[in-house]
Amino acid sequence: MNFVACVKRVPDTASKIRVGPDGRTMDPAGVTYVVNPYDEFAVEECLRLKEKVGGTVTVLTVGPADSSKELRHCLAMGADRAVLVKDDQLQRDPLSTAMALAEALKQIPHDVVFFGKQAVDHDNAQVGLLVATLLDLPAVAEVVKVELGSGTATVQREAEGKIEVFELPVPCVLTAQKGLNEPRYASLKGIMAAKSKKLDELAVAPGEVRIEVLKMEPPSARPEGKIVGEGAAAVPALVKLLREDAKVL
Amino acid sequence: MSHTILAFAEQRDGNLKKSAFEVVTAAASLAKKLGGAKVVAVVIATQSVGNAAELGGYGADEIVLASGDAFAGYAPGAYSRALKELCEQKHASALLLPHSAQGKDLAPRLSALLLAPLVADCVGLDVDGGAIVARRPVYAGKAFWTVKPKSGCFLATLRPNVFTPSKSATAAGTPIAWQPSAQRKPRVVLKSVIAPEGAKTVELTEADVIVSGGRGMKGPEHFAMLEELAGALGAAVGASRAVVDAGWRPHGDQVGQTGKTVSPNLYIACAISGAIQHLAGMSSSRVIVAINKDKEAPIFKLANYGIVGDVFEIVPALTAEIRKVKGA
Ligand SMILES: Cc1cc2nc3c(=O)[nH]c(=O)nc-3n(C[C@H](O)[C@H](O)[C@H](O)COP(=O)(O)OP(=O)(O)OC[C@H]3O[C@@H](n4cnc5c(N)ncnc54)[C@H](O)[C@@H]3O)c2cc1C
Ligand SMILES: Nc1ncnc2c1ncn2[C@@H]1O[C@H](COP(=O)(O)O)[C@@H](O)[C@H]1O
Repeated sequence: MNFVACVKRVPDTASKIRVGPDGRTMDPAGVTYVVNPYDEFAVEECLRLKEKVGGTVTVLTVGPADSSKELRHCLAMGADRAVLVKDDQLQRDPLSTAMALAEALKQIPHDVVFFGKQAVDHDNAQVGLLVATLLDLPAVAEVVKVELGSGTATVQREAEGKIEVFELPVPCVLTAQKGLNEPRYASLKGIMAAKSKKLDELAVAPGEVRIEVLKMEPPSARPEGKIVGEGAAAVPALVKLLREDAKVL
Repeated sequence: MSHTILAFAEQRDGNLKKSAFEVVTAAASLAKKLGGAKVVAVVIATQSVGNAAELGGYGADEIVLASGDAFAGYAPGAYSRALKELCEQKHASALLLPHSAQGKDLAPRLSALLLAPLVADCVGLDVDGGAIVARRPVYAGKAFWTVKPKSGCFLATLRPNVFTPSKSATAAGTPIAWQPSAQRKPRVVLKSVIAPEGAKTVELTEADVIVSGGRGMKGPEHFAMLEELAGALGAAVGASRAVVDAGWRPHGDQVGQTGKTVSPNLYIACAISGAIQHLAGMSSSRVIVAINKDKEAPIFKLANYGIVGDVFEIVPALTAEIRKVKGA
């Protein structure tokens, strides 16, 4: 089976995010990039499925040339092949990204296409389902368990506190939610092996960007907090504040 | 009235959710800013929806009720194609949905079907020079964008608990039944639903009040204390990643950058230090209360109110006090 994991580089979750001089984009100074955490779940699941049923795992990204670093990381985890669609547009909107990925996927054999549920940079949580719809593939988002049968996938997702079990035909699109697996660390052997693996570039006409960012701002400052007191003795004062000051009770 | 704005009013088991009133209110306020637009609320269900008519009071000029067996179970294909059809039929210039589990699943499918850009998780909507602009958090709330979609129908999902429902007085409307054209057979089949014991009745991302526990709770058994406090408040229970990784609580309870983003009216953080990735998921809560024995804990920098001390002493006292003032 052909497994494809779509991955995006994002600022490390501990990064301080600053607004750039243009007032519309992130200041890249001092930001380190990592594979989007949800995409690591996607890669890991593809690797595990391949270990069970055989096949190949391809990782695919649309991004700047520097993204080859994150692709190498996925190869070191065990992916067989990496594909980079070079793109220097930093604030591509989800639909145009999805159009580029859909075009690329037409040239990459795929039975299961895995995404992260969300890229933790712009937090769109759209691209997986966009690609599925563009390619007219059945899709379930935010899965926490996957089993492959003959021509079908049985998946679980958590919604509103319940676990839903779905069956869908393969080829299909799935997006990874936390809880799906624990991504492996790249071993030294994996890192060495990654060096000789293929990192292909694919040229795809990108879709039109339809969302313009007018302004980027830091969050508005929260009002100065207040320590009500120490220990259980402070509880009545807190409840009074919540009722009379904040009016939330 | 040159514009029509559609508002997807989500229901569950035949009753509109709170988000339905939020989305319709937001659509009505956008209509006003556009200098007049028709607001059409859309309810999709397998059966009749008891309180659908109430949407009229929140600014819906028309209430469309699409019902049928095609919408049974999990049917995002049927839902999204029905909404697409309605968008086209009404020449809608905007369609608003809640950023709920269902809304998040439907909106991108619609965006691809309509080839119209989608702005997800909006916390503000406005009109600037005749165009709709939206404000939304990025980088887990570490920054905000104001964006303007350039073409097509404006699709947006709205963050729960942000757009306060407001009754605009006028009488209730009358839902009009509408049938979408024939649906194709769904390819994704819901086989079963497993409801774990004590399954949440309040979904974390939509909860009005959240009580969250961190590593300082010391073990899964002590979450009973937080459940009790949550019970007294009608709240949902959340957790930090440290707690989820330790296996004390299910993954679905995790709040934070790689968990759920929540924006309740009240968030009570119990024995949570306030790591940047945790704050990312809850910093837009309206009122934050922190209980922590370490007065230097970063959570106190964000909290509106804090108590320094031992959770095992403070939480039961808080539960008792809340029961007392609520007269229960
Ligand atoms: C890629 C990445 C993603 C992450 N995503 C998330 C995420 O989504 N959500 C998240 O929460 N974290 C996330 N983290 C982890 C985050 O960095 C912290 O490790 C985590 O939030 C810490 O959880 P905690 O506050 O419960 O534990 P700790 O940091 O250990 O804090 C425990 C707190 O409890 C207090 N305490 C102890 N005993 C008591 C007592 N008896 N009474 C009162 N207070 C007491 C202590 O003073 C301390 O402040 C992520 C990390 C990484 C690297
Ligand atoms: N530029 C990209 N290249 C490859 N995959 C992407 C890209 N952007 C998003 N994705 C995938 O789509 C998922 C959801 O992204 P988003 O909709 O941006 O939150 C991510 O977790 C990735 O799996």
